[in-house]
Amino acid sequence: MIRMVDVYKEYDNGTKAIKGLNLRIDDGEFAFLVGPSGSGKSTIIKLLTAEEFATKGRVMVNGYNLSTIKRQQIPKMRRTLGVIFQDFRLIDKKTVWGNLEFTMRIIGATNREMKKRIPYVLDLVGLSDKAKAYPNEMSGGEQQRVAIARALVNNPQMIIADEPTGNLDPQRSLEIMTLLERINSMGTTMLVVTHERGLVNHFSKRVVAIQNGELISDEQGGYYKL
Amino acid sequence: MKRRQTNLGYFVSEGFHSIFSHGLMSFAAVCMIVACLIIMGSFTLLALNADQVMSQLEDENVFYAYIDETYTDEQISELEAQVKQIDNVASVEFISREQAKEEYLAGQTNELYIDMPDEVFRDRLVIHVNDLEKFSQTVEAVSALEGVAEHRAEQDLTDAFIAVRNVATAVAGILIAILAAISLFIIANTVRLAAFARREEIAIMKMCGASDSFIRWPFVIEGMLLGLLGALLAFFAQWGIYAGVYKAVMTSSAATIVIPVTFGSVWYCVLGVFTLAGVLIGVCGSGLAIRRFLRV
Repeated sequence: MIRMVDVYKEYDNGTKAIKGLNLRIDDGEFAFLVGPSGSGKSTIIKLLTAEEFATKGRVMVNGYNLSTIKRQQIPKMRRTLGVIFQDFRLIDKKTVWGNLEFTMRIIGATNREMKKRIPYVLDLVGLSDKAKAYPNEMSGGEQQRVAIARALVNNPQMIIADEPTGNLDPQRSLEIMTLLERINSMGTTMLVVTHERGLVNHFSKRVVAIQNGELISDEQGGYYKL
Repeated sequence: MKRRQTNLGYFVSEGFHSIFSHGLMSFAAVCMIVACLIIMGSFTLLALNADQVMSQLEDENVFYAYIDETYTDEQISELEAQVKQIDNVASVEFISREQAKEEYLAGQTNELYIDMPDEVFRDRLVIHVNDLEKFSQTVEAVSALEGVAEHRAEQDLTDAFIAVRNVATAVAGILIAILAAISLFIIANTVRLAAFARREEIAIMKMCGASDSFIRWPFVIEGMLLGLLGALLAFFAQWGIYAGVYKAVMTSSAATIVIPVTFGSVWYCVLGVFTLAGVLIGVCGSGLAIRRFLRV
């Protein structure tokens, strides 16, 4: 669940990235966040993951009020999220299994739980046979599937995907987006930041459009109109 | 999902692997710790030995006050009482000139001395002191008394050992502070380098919800292991160096004055202090280094 109420964000250098944004994404929803470069999409992601904090307004994520959150509560809030990045951000020196294992260790999972959960998630993303592979031995599409598996392994309430198909060809992009849609259908809230018009139009989901830090449209089943 | 795993094995494994992933820097850090601890240990052992010699000297902490020859027995008793009142005087014993002559002759084999007249010797007070540090003040106080004609105190040796002990203690103290700071800096840089190389990994961990302590522990364990390794190597090196110096002292003429402390009697203290210092330097260094990488 996301609630952004009259949110403003101004960086130290004076850049006004977000201007009075109001946004509500409920549990179980699938929403695309679209907008041109510099429109404020990345800032919104940073505000939702508590990398940055709003200058004004209220940001709520999965029950945490990020405007008043204490530093030691941030890790707990982030454990309710799964984050997927355009450049995958996998740990190269760890195998696929290792990348998922450390994510589960963060929440204090037992070895038994890891042995049960990791194969399940790898199967879900279609990488059952790649558990022992290292990221640099895999294709971009496979690496992104590992990143999705990592985001999913702790069973988060919500997944935030920041340009998850930015480094992939159209066929792999479609596969990844289909996978995200499937995960959403299992109950995980999904916020996907993208500028790929074709994909957005293909899936016909809710589309939140941002320009110059302001919300310009928010339509269910809408199209990418920018 | 139950949250009960402590991850200790994971932290130790990560810390251990990190040492080898930047081996050269780890080697430099261990060498620095070894050097610092050996220098610190050497000066501390020197101070300890000076202290022991002082203790040995304190067993012979005596000087003589010669009494005015015109003094009567009554006046001598009064003088003895006055000396006893002086601070740091442990005991006073009156030795008459006859007793002094007998004692002197007891140590002589030459018959020429047998006919020596009693007048050659003087009535004296043999005075023992409590604290050698206040030896000279005590001698001065006794000498200032009316009726004390002269005194004899072999103070040079005592002063020399006091000086050695004080200098060694002061130098050890200063060196410990300087070297601990240098070691801390080197360890901090080693861990900072490791943390810098893994900054992306740290950022990923933070984004996955890792707490500061989850990220910090492997680095702290790395610092602890480096400190521990340095401490153990320093201990064995110190043992070797001290054994060499001990042997050299015992086979030289210095052994007549100084009996050094054996390493066997202090090894556990050296090991304990080295381990504690090494681990403390390692932990503090890594703790300081990692701090700024946690602000994600």
